Amino acid sequence: MPTNGFMYPNEIELQWSVLIVLYPFLTGLVAGAFILASLERVFRVDAVKPTYRLALLTALAFLLAAPLPLQLHLGHPERSFEMYMTPHRSSAMAMFGFVYLWYLMAVLVVEIWLDYRRDIVVLAQTSKGLKRLVYRALTVGSTNISEQALAIDNRVGWIVTLIGIPSAFLLHGYVGFIFGSIKANPWWSTPLMPVVFLFSAMVSGIAAVLLLYMVLNRLRKQPIDMRCLDAVAKYLFYTFIIDFSLEMLDLIHRIYESDESFRSLDFMVHTRLFVSQVMIQILLGTVAPIVLLGVTQILQLPEIARKRIYALCGCLTLMGIFAMRWNVVIGGQLFSKSFLGYTTYKIGFATREGLLPAIALTLLPLVILWVLVKLLPPWSDAEAETFASSGG
Amino acid sequence: MNLTRRHFLVLVPAAAVAWDSVVAGTPEAAPNYKTSEHWWGMLVDIEKCIGCGSCVRACAKENNVPDGYYRTWVERYRITEMNGVESIQVDSPDGGMNGFPEVNEPGVKAFFVPKMCNHCADSPCTQVCPVGATFVSPDGVVLIDEKYCLGCRYCIQACPYGCRFLHPEKHVAQKCTLCYHRIVQGLTTACCENCPTGARQLADLKNPNDPIHEFLRHHSVQVLKPHLATGAKLFYNGLDGVVR
Amino acid sequence: MKLKDAAHLFRLAGVFGVGFLLFLVVRTQLVPKSFGQYGHYRGDALTEVRAQPISYAGHEACEACHSDVLDVKSKGKHARVNCETCHGPLAKHADDPVDVNPAKLDVATLCVRCHEASTAKPRQFPQVVSTEHSAGLACNECHTPHSPALEGGKK
Repeated sequence: MPTNGFMYPNEIELQWSVLIVLYPFLTGLVAGAFILASLERVFRVDAVKPTYRLALLTALAFLLAAPLPLQLHLGHPERSFEMYMTPHRSSAMAMFGFVYLWYLMAVLVVEIWLDYRRDIVVLAQTSKGLKRLVYRALTVGSTNISEQALAIDNRVGWIVTLIGIPSAFLLHGYVGFIFGSIKANPWWSTPLMPVVFLFSAMVSGIAAVLLLYMVLNRLRKQPIDMRCLDAVAKYLFYTFIIDFSLEMLDLIHRIYESDESFRSLDFMVHTRLFVSQVMIQILLGTVAPIVLLGVTQILQLPEIARKRIYALCGCLTLMGIFAMRWNVVIGGQLFSKSFLGYTTYKIGFATREGLLPAIALTLLPLVILWVLVKLLPPWSDAEAETFASSGG
Repeated sequence: MNLTRRHFLVLVPAAAVAWDSVVAGTPEAAPNYKTSEHWWGMLVDIEKCIGCGSCVRACAKENNVPDGYYRTWVERYRITEMNGVESIQVDSPDGGMNGFPEVNEPGVKAFFVPKMCNHCADSPCTQVCPVGATFVSPDGVVLIDEKYCLGCRYCIQACPYGCRFLHPEKHVAQKCTLCYHRIVQGLTTACCENCPTGARQLADLKNPNDPIHEFLRHHSVQVLKPHLATGAKLFYNGLDGVVR
Repeated sequence: MKLKDAAHLFRLAGVFGVGFLLFLVVRTQLVPKSFGQYGHYRGDALTEVRAQPISYAGHEACEACHSDVLDVKSKGKHARVNCETCHGPLAKHADDPVDVNPAKLDVATLCVRCHEASTAKPRQFPQVVSTEHSAGLACNECHTPHSPALEGGKK
C-alpha cells in the first residue's frame, strides 16, 4: 500500500472504513431531528409544528438503520450481543449501547406512541388485513381515547420530550466522546469533540427535516407553510453559527498551541484532506450555507427565492456534515502516530465495507421512513387522504 | 551419529527433561505457576540491537503471525543533522523481518528500535474494549480472548504504539502476548530466546532476584510516549528522544 | 386523574417490564460461566492462551542432549547466541529427536544477516563487508559457527 514517509507497519491499513463514517452521520440526523421536534413540544415554538411528527418519524427511521453499518463492519457480528451481556463499563462504546437503547425505547418509541395513540386506535378499527393486526398490536390492547386519557398522554409526552432533550444530547455527544477520549490519536483527542459532534448533528438533523418537509409536501402537492419553513431555517442558521464557532475554536487552538502533532496534522489537512476538509466541509458545507442563510435573515426575499436558498443550503449542509464525519474518522487514520508519515484510504466498491453498501445504508433509512409515513401518517386525516390518492 | 551405550544412557533422561519442557503446554504440567508471584515486563537495549530481525522471524513462527502483520517489528532511525536542524528518516522493511539493507553513512546517527506491545499497566486498549475481550492478566500481561472478540477494532485505535492488528482470517484483534504460553512454564519469549545480542530480555518485576529487574534499578531507562501515562512495561535503555 | 384513563400507560410499562425480564433470563444463558473469575473477562481465556503449542524449545532443551556443543560454544564469542537463533524452531525435534531432523542451514544468508557491515549497527559489533571479506569463500570455510573466533576456531 502506498505510504508517504513512515507508518508503524500495522498502521498502514485503515481499521475504520466509510461505514464508521456513516454511523455518526446517521445518529447525528437522529439527534438533530429530535431537537427540532422538541422545539415545538417543550419550547412551544408553534411555527415549526407542521414538522413535528415528520421529525419524530425521521429520527426513528434513522435510529433503526444506524446499527447496520456497525454490524457490517464487525469482524464477528454474531457476537455483538456481548455488548449487552457483559458491557465493559469503562468503554464508551459499550455504554453507548445502553444510551442507544434508552433513547430508542424510553424516548423515541414512547413519544411517538403517545403522540399517535389516538390515530393508532382509530386505524386499528378502520383498517383491514395485516395492517389491522399491526395497529392492534400497537394499541397494547387499550382503546381508551377519551379526553382524559389523551390529556394524560399529552402530559406524559411532554415529560418524555423533556427527558428526551438531554437524552438526544447524550446520544450524539457520546459518539463524539468515543473519538474524543482516545488519547492515542491527537486528531481525535479533545474535550471539544462531543460538543462539536453534537452541534454538527443538530445542524444536519434540522437540514434533513427541512429538506424532507419540502420534498414530501411537493410529492403530496400540498402548499408549504412558509412561516414554518422560515422558522426552521432560522434555527438552522443559529445552530450553524454555534457549530462553526466551535470548529474554528478547535482549529485556532491547535494552530496556536502547535504541539508535536501539529506539523504532521497540518500537512495532512493541506494535502490528503484538502478537498474534503477545506473545500467541502468548511467552504461549501459551512461558510456558504451560513452566508446564504444570513442573507435570508437580513434581506426580505420573495418566497420562491427563499425556498430555493433553503433547499440549496439543506443539501450543502448535509454534504458538509458528512464530510466532517469523514474528516474525523478517515482523517484520524491517515497519519502515523509516529508523526512521520501518511497512508491512503482504499475504498472498495462492492465489498463488505465498500461504497455500494455505504450508499445502500444511506438510502435504507429513507425506505424505512417511507414505511413509517405510510403506517403512521404525519398529517391529519384529510391530508392523509390526499396523500394516499396521489399515489404517495 | 553412532549411538554407543554410554550415549544412550545420557540421552534418555536428557530427552525426558526436554520432553517435559515441551509438553508443558498444558496448564496441568505447569502447576507451580502462580500469577500472583509475577509481574511481567521487558527490557530492550538499543545499544545492543543490530537489526538482524531474528526476533521478528521467531515471533512470526512461534505465533503463526500472518504475512504483512507484525506482533513485533524493528524500526531503523537515521538522523542527519545540519546546522542544528535534525532530519529524521525511519524505515521498517517488512517489519525488519529479514534485516535491513546495509547503509554506509558515516555522519548519520543511526540505530534500531525493536517495538512490540508495551503490556501497559494502565492499558488504554483494555479500557476501551466494549465486551472484555482484551484484558490485563493478574501477572501483568495484556491478552486477547479470541473467542470473545467482536472485531470492532476500538482497541486498535486506542493503542498509542501501533502494536495491534486485525487477523485477516480470524477477524479478531491480535498482538504480542509476551509469549504467555511460554513464560508460564519458565521459558522466555520467542523474541528474547532468539535475540543473538541479548538486546531483548524478559523481566519479572516482582522477582527481586531477576537480573533485569536489577538492571532497571541502576540504569536510566525510558518508555515510549511517557506523556500518555499508559504504565508501559517495555523499558528501553539508550532510547533517543526523537523516537516515537 | 382516573386510573382507567392511564391504564394504557401501565400496559406499556408491562410490555417493557416483560422485555427486561426476558433480557435477564437470556443473559444467564448467554454469559460464559467463567466470565468475571479474575476480572472483566472470561477466566477460561487464560487457560486457552496458555495452551498454545510451542515451536521454539529453548536453549536449555537443546543443551540437555547436545552438551558437547555447549562445551565448545560457551567458551567462544557465540556463547550467548542461542541454538535456535540459527537453527530455527526445534521443539518438534526435541520432542522426537530421532525422526524429526533439523533443516540444513543456508550459511550464506545466515551469517551475513547479523554480520554485514552497516553504519546503522553499533560500532563495536563485529561486522564485515562480505563481498570484500572472504574472496567468495563461504563463512564456515574459516569460521566454526559454534565458536567463530579464528584463534581457537580454525578448522
